[in-house]
This record gives sequence, C-alpha cells and structure tokens, in this order.
Amino acid sequence: MLTPVVDEDGAPFWGYAAQGELRVQTCADCAEPRFPPRPCCPHCQSFASEWRAVSGRGRVWSYVVPHPPLLPDYAELAPYNVIVVELADAPRIRLVGNLVTGPDAPINSLPPERIRIGARVQVVFSSAGLPQWILERP
Amino acid sequence: MAVAPDTAGIRGVTGIKDATAIAGIGQTPFARQLPENERTLACRAILAALDDAGIAPAEVDALASYTMEETDEVEVAKALGLGDLTFFSKVGYGGGGSCATVAHLAAAIATGQATVGVAWRSRKRGSGPRPWKNTSVQLPTPAQWTRPFGLLRPSDEIAMLTRRHMHEYGTTRDHLFNVALACRNRANQNPAAIMYDRPLTREMYMTSRWISEPLCLFDNCLETDGALACVVVSAERARDCRRTPVYIHSAAQGLPAQHHGMVNYWNDDPLTGPAWTAARHLWKHADFTPDDVQVAQLYDAFTALIPLSLEGYGFCGRGEGGAFTEGGALESGGRLPINTGGGGLSEAYVHGFNLITEGVRQLRGTSTAQVPGAATCLVTAGEGVPTSALLLRS
Repeated sequence: MLTPVVDEDGAPFWGYAAQGELRVQTCADCAEPRFPPRPCCPHCQSFASEWRAVSGRGRVWSYVVPHPPLLPDYAELAPYNVIVVELADAPRIRLVGNLVTGPDAPINSLPPERIRIGARVQVVFSSAGLPQWILERP
Repeated sequence: MAVAPDTAGIRGVTGIKDATAIAGIGQTPFARQLPENERTLACRAILAALDDAGIAPAEVDALASYTMEETDEVEVAKALGLGDLTFFSKVGYGGGGSCATVAHLAAAIATGQATVGVAWRSRKRGSGPRPWKNTSVQLPTPAQWTRPFGLLRPSDEIAMLTRRHMHEYGTTRDHLFNVALACRNRANQNPAAIMYDRPLTREMYMTSRWISEPLCLFDNCLETDGALACVVVSAERARDCRRTPVYIHSAAQGLPAQHHGMVNYWNDDPLTGPAWTAARHLWKHADFTPDDVQVAQLYDAFTALIPLSLEGYGFCGRGEGGAFTEGGALESGGRLPINTGGGGLSEAYVHGFNLITEGVRQLRGTSTAQVPGAATCLVTAGEGVPTSALLLRS
C-alpha cells in the first residue's frame, strides 16, 4: 500500500495521526482552520499556525468505489470504498479516507451498499498511522 | 538621437477580440498504438497545420504547448527549420491547458510579440506511460492526502464530485449516458475517430464494467497515440491564407480562489470549478452570449465533466447540467450539439486538442457532423483542473 510521502507542511498532521490524534492546522492569529496544510493563512496572511485537536466526528460528503485497473496492492482489495468526510467541528474541512468496520480493518471491510452521503462517522486510526472512519451507528 | 520604436500594427490594450485567427490545422492518424515517437508525431502535425495555412516553417516565430508535452520548443524549432522564436509558452495542468496554448499565441500576436504562432499536442497515451502511474514522484502534496486511501486515478477523483452532484441535484447515470452517446454518435460519422465503426447502446453502457463507481467504462475517455497542431496569425494575415479564417473572439484561463488540483474537495463550493471562473472572463469580453453558441466542443475526459461545464459556461442553471442533456439536446439538431468529431470519449484523447481543431472545422463548414451554418463555437479545456476556454467565430 502507498504510504504518505510527507512534506514539511503536512508532517505535523501525520505525526499526530501516528499518536492516534486528529488535528487540523489552524491560524494562530485569526483562528481559521485550513486544509491541506500550507505556510500562510489565506484569510489573514499570518505565518503563525497551531495544530488544533478536533472531535473526530464528521459526515460522509461523497464516496467512490474503485475497481481495477489499479496499483496491485489496491487491485487485490477492490472493490473498496474511498470517502470524503466533512468534519463536524469545521464543515469546510474535508478529509479523504476509508469507511471500515473497525480500527485497522481493511479498506474493503464495509460493503459499499451500506455507505450513504450524510452518514455520521467517527475517526479511528490504523496501525500504520492513517486516519480511518467507522459509522457512528453501524 | 534616440529613435522611437516602430509601434505600427501593435494593437495595444484593446484586447484580443477578433484580432487573431486560426489559419491552419493539422493532425496525425489516431490509434491505440502508433509506431513513431512523440517528437516525430509533433513534427508531422505541425507541418500539416502549416501546409493547411500555406505558411512556410521559417515564418514561425512563436510556439505554445502544455507542460506535460515532452517535445520541447528547442526540438521542434530545430527539427522543422523554424525561424527565430520571439515568444514561447507552456501551460500547466494537463488537459486544462489546451485552449490556453491558443490564447497565449493570440495574446502574443495581438500585442506584437510575434507574427506566426503554432500550438500543438503530441501524445503516446495509448501505448506510452500515464503520468499518474508514477506514484512515487506524485505522492507529495496533494497526493499524500488522497493516494494512501486508494483514491489513485483521475477517474476516482472526478467520480467523487460526480457522486456529490448526483446527490445534490438528482443527476443520473442516464444523463451521463446521454453525453457518452452524443460523442459516440458523432464519432460514428467521423472516419478519423477511433470509435468510427463502433456504435454505443444504452444496454452496453448500463452493463459495462465499473471503473470507479459511479463512473463506468464508457464514462472514461480513450487512451490514444496521436498529435495535433494549429497555426495562429493576425486577422489581417489570416484573410490572405489558404483557408477561411476562424477568429479567436474571446479567451480565458480559470484558476478559482482556493482551488485544489483535480481533488477540489477543499474549498467552500467544490461543485463550482474552474469553468465558472473562465466563463466569467470569457463572456465579459464577448459580443454574444451562451444562447448564441451554435456548437460546442466541451472537454470530456469523463462524461461527468459535461454537466459541470454546461453549468459553468452558463448554458443552464447550477445543478441543471444533468437535465440539460435530456431530449437529444447534445445531438446534431439539438439545443447544443457537442463534440462533433467524437471528443475525447470517442474520437481520440489527446488532452483536448482535437476539440480545438474540430471547432475550426465547424466554422469552416467542413465537419463530418456539420452544424448547418455554424458561425460561433465554444471550445473548453479540462474542467476540474485549472482550465481555459476559447470562443471562436467565423
């Protein structure tokens, strides 16, 4: 499977995720959250930022179900789901992820027909340090 | 004593409206696999376009291409015996750059930086490498936020927006089929199209394999080897060329605030993409409106880009792009015939350059699916990525 190739701006996100924490880069001056991470606040142009913990709750904004041809590791698991989650604490922050049956479950563990746009989800983390999502009401 | 520069013929700040024209077009055959390399194909397409215009290679002083084009200006100029170049330009973002290459040449010629420009696209996409397969190179921003989760291909990225559009506006697979069918029907009239002899039915579409649900096989463009080119000169010069001039009436690029590549999920309004930004500028500088467009060549790497483009360029209201496709609207004789050569879905996928040449054919009256008396044509580049568009008129 592909692992994130981390850049300087994104490194804190992955560092917190490895510790089981979901944090979002937030402007230290105007408090606007932003994603993906970047050096400067698009609202107030401040270069000061902090990484604010979020509740890890959200809703499914959209989803797809990829089928081959895919990279070999992913083709083996296809069809699987990829979702975009809108965070409950910051609805304009949307994260790409997978909806799974439990922490560290494979990306094809939840049948695609159980996915609905708007469904409430909760973050968990894989042993590799990737945020994953489970249904709040399975 | 200082001598003032000769500014005669420089159009100053009056804009590019009708100041330049496409005087020549050229292309190689299209196929899943061609024996020649991209450099050779580029040279053949450019020579064909210059011959179409009746202009000698030595007169070319401007070139424009895409950043993903692997044949650079030095190679082309040297191989073809072009003159001294005084303008060259490369536009980024893959299929979003097609119309911008012509727009850059129009701007350069209208402002006196050059006199004869060539834009081209050469691609071995059917038999050569696809850029997104090189995952290690592409994994840093923004791929670190998508690829590890298995969102791997452009098809997956656009399918995410498609599903959301379906959810918000009731867009259906039948709407997407209407797009695929219109392109295929036109390709069935075009002997140069890869799908010339392969009709499409609703049953074939509905039972085809998934690529990334909700997108199936026929929602995805072809993978093609081939090259195309066009020649841009001043309007005055074009009137002395071999062919009927096709005037560049308006042109725009579009990179909206807070836009993010092809995974535009991270701004306030992900379903209003770059088309909206390009459209505002395009229409502001045009003498006509969407109601006056008689034929359109809309970038179709995926069927779902058509409803988004119809909304963005103002042919219908927001959310109405799916419904717009009903009742044969996109077919010959419909409200807005599109992709009359077959488009990227059924003629050839050469990063949208075939849409420009087909727009020229329509306004010359030489398309294989000619819209009678067509005098205005919109051509667009890739929606979903930083894009560009042209309004052409005869």
